[in-house]
Amino acid sequence: MHRQVANVRKSLFDQGYLDEQFIQLEELQDNSNPNFVEEVVTLFYRDSARFLSNLDQALEKRSLDFGKLDSLMHQFKSSSTSIGAKKVKSECTQFRNYCNARNAEGCKRTFQNVKKEYTILRKKLEAYFQMSRQVGPTETACRPSSRLVMPIVPLYLYLFTSLKQQTSYTDDVLLLLHTAINSGVTS
Amino acid sequence: MNLGCGQVGNKQSMMPSSSGGSWKSGGGGGGDGGVSDQFPAGLRVLVVDDDSTCLMILEKMLRHCKYEVTKCNRAEVALSYLRENKNGFDVVISDVHMPDMDGFKLLEQIGLEMDLPVIMMSADDSKNVVMKGVTHGACDYLIKPVRIEALRNIWQHVVRKRKHEWKELDPSASADEQKPPEEPDYSSSANEGHNWKNTKRRKDEDDEADERDESSSLKKPRVVWSVELHQQFVAAVNQLGIDKAVPKKILELMNVPGLTRENVASHLQKYRLYLRRLSGSQHPGGMNTGFMGGPDAGYGSMSSLNGLDLQALAASGQLGQLPPQSLATLQAAALGRSNNSKSTISMPVMDQRNIFSFENPKSRYPEVQSQHLTNSNSSKPINLLPGIPTNIEPKQFSSLHQSGQHSLGSMNNLVLVQMGGQSQSHSQTPSQTQIHAQSNMNIHNGLRQPVMSNEMLTRGSVADMAPTVYNPVVSVSQASSLMNFSMNHKTDSCGSSYPLGGSLGMPNIPTTSTALQGDGNLDTKVSRKGIAPSYDIFNDLNQNRDWGLQDVGLTFDQSQHTIPVGLDASNPLLLQHNRSSGRDMGGQTRNFTSGKVSLSPGVDTRTHHNGSNVGQRHNTYVKTESDNDGSCHSSIYSEQYGQDDLLAAILKQQQHQGVGQAENEFVFDGYALDDLPV
Repeated sequence: MHRQVANVRKSLFDQGYLDEQFIQLEELQDNSNPNFVEEVVTLFYRDSARFLSNLDQALEKRSLDFGKLDSLMHQFKSSSTSIGAKKVKSECTQFRNYCNARNAEGCKRTFQNVKKEYTILRKKLEAYFQMSRQVGPTETACRPSSRLVMPIVPLYLYLFTSLKQQTSYTDDVLLLLHTAINSGVTS
Repeated sequence: MNLGCGQVGNKQSMMPSSSGGSWKSGGGGGGDGGVSDQFPAGLRVLVVDDDSTCLMILEKMLRHCKYEVTKCNRAEVALSYLRENKNGFDVVISDVHMPDMDGFKLLEQIGLEMDLPVIMMSADDSKNVVMKGVTHGACDYLIKPVRIEALRNIWQHVVRKRKHEWKELDPSASADEQKPPEEPDYSSSANEGHNWKNTKRRKDEDDEADERDESSSLKKPRVVWSVELHQQFVAAVNQLGIDKAVPKKILELMNVPGLTRENVASHLQKYRLYLRRLSGSQHPGGMNTGFMGGPDAGYGSMSSLNGLDLQALAASGQLGQLPPQSLATLQAAALGRSNNSKSTISMPVMDQRNIFSFENPKSRYPEVQSQHLTNSNSSKPINLLPGIPTNIEPKQFSSLHQSGQHSLGSMNNLVLVQMGGQSQSHSQTPSQTQIHAQSNMNIHNGLRQPVMSNEMLTRGSVADMAPTVYNPVVSVSQASSLMNFSMNHKTDSCGSSYPLGGSLGMPNIPTTSTALQGDGNLDTKVSRKGIAPSYDIFNDLNQNRDWGLQDVGLTFDQSQHTIPVGLDASNPLLLQHNRSSGRDMGGQTRNFTSGKVSLSPGVDTRTHHNGSNVGQRHNTYVKTESDNDGSCHSSIYSEQYGQDDLLAAILKQQQHQGVGQAENEFVFDGYALDDLPV
């Protein structure tokens, strides 16, 4: 189950839904605030609902106020950026480009994309958080780096042991490395 | 916390309780060495962002850095936190795009009033926005999404600012003063600024002792450039001539015990920057020439001093970017010119406008420049006075200033006025305060100094004027302050006597109450005295508005009062500042809320330009704050300045610009128009 959660999480990154910023948020999460990321994301949903509805309204006007649209989208984009919503952010940027070019059609079209990406991301994140809650907090807080280390540990151990046989002082080295790896894994 | 300024025994300096102390206080003042060791842990940060997601993330990140975080999502709330708790914060982080107040405006306000390091942040990383941040005095600009690593280093800005203050306060002190490391604050503060790094390295044990000593020596209590002190300073500078004003001589002339050459030097630097800004805003190109009134004329002296700045500015043609400089130049010019004829004023007026236009640098600059150019040689006061929303203000002030009567003071007034005007454009509220401040300033010729200081302070980045000085200005209850102000004015009358009433010759001051003109002796002094000490230009302005007018000797009567009232209404925050200044006129407590406004009324008057215009300008500016009823304000201002030029300029400007503009103009970024180059 842990692995599943980890995989889901990894896929979010791989598929470009989330970026580095999300990792930053995860790093901020700790024992004193175990659901920090989820809280932040929930706050984001709340604010986004407002931004998106404002944008909807603004886009429905007969003559578009590009300045206002740009400013509204800037807010939404800034929010999305803070949580690391990568795809959403890029659609927002596209929207702002169209705004600057005063391309109403382009804006409307892109806005649909923005909404779509937002909805997808939201669903995925909600599923992810739900899964993580079931598994337990530690797993989800696992950083990708540590996950990478895990498979490597056995390899290291193997190498060290073989080295150890060959050299006399590898004991200490091996011990150190072993400890390091373990701690790295667990960190 | 108090770093123990008292112990320093530097009467004039006031410990900048803010950062230095704050540190400690944050940490509960744990031992001497404690703070330094923990630094930057416990740094008190105020975060302002309308996006609650970002706010939450930032707060978490900052807590991870072991900082003490206070968050708010509205700029007004942030300002109120800062005002209530003068030394409650060490650094402010603010978003650029906020619905209730533009981030840059907030930045300026904070710089003017509290002189805290402000870090801007935004998802927008376009060059012009970043540049705007720089010109408005932001210590740093972070691009969102903000990473925690970027936040870890924000303490450097606090340290840097402290260091500046120390140097300013008394660099020699460190050398000769080996205060007993009794104050942990000292250590911390000292550490922060000066040898923070060293202390950190050294680590406790012996370090503490060392640190303490060093810190104590380094961290001298900040010299608070009260209005009086500033007045003296300005007088000394004027006496020497802006180009010849060297700290040593100024110090001698001032003859203030406990003041060190370093203090004077740093203050002078700020002042110059302020002037430069004034002049720079006007028009880089014009500056060189226009500023100083006739490029060759009287400005010459100024030019020399600020000429470099101006020219540099002019050369660069980047008014927008160098507003501060222009102001400084202007001021310098004004300084130099203070005794110059009115002709010079015209230039300053233009510059002033520019200066003021800093507020809307981008938009204003083009205006300013053109105006500057045109004004420089024309005696159109125009821009100086509030009438001219953007650029004029600075100019007016400068020109007013030049009228020479009021030396810096008038400039300040003008500046203030303009600032007020400018501020108006920016927003009613802010402008109001500014106007108030300006008006106050104007009235007090002497204020110039404060204005300047405010300017400087606000500019924060520009120079570290003793922020403390400006603070007092901030809070004052208008009504009372106003009244007091007037009273103060009378008594204070700084040295610069603005011939408000008569000289300005404001013929048309529509609103002002009556005859400010009255007694030619613009009692700028009056107001100034009290005001001068407190740099709260803004306060002064407000005060001026009401009080100043009165003091000025003009028969302001009600108009004055009305003005402030108007002002207050719109911008409580702003008004507060102004008001407070009124109260404290004498005191340094004035907080310059409007900070920027530091236009010195004198400035306006100086602008000879068209005397009437000038006068008008003032009025307009004054008005702008409150509600644009320029008439009142303008009249007040004009009266205040009592200077023919000023009035003329003001009037003219009003005519040209209308009150509304003035208000906008006021949004002076806190550049002290004090000494607009006349």
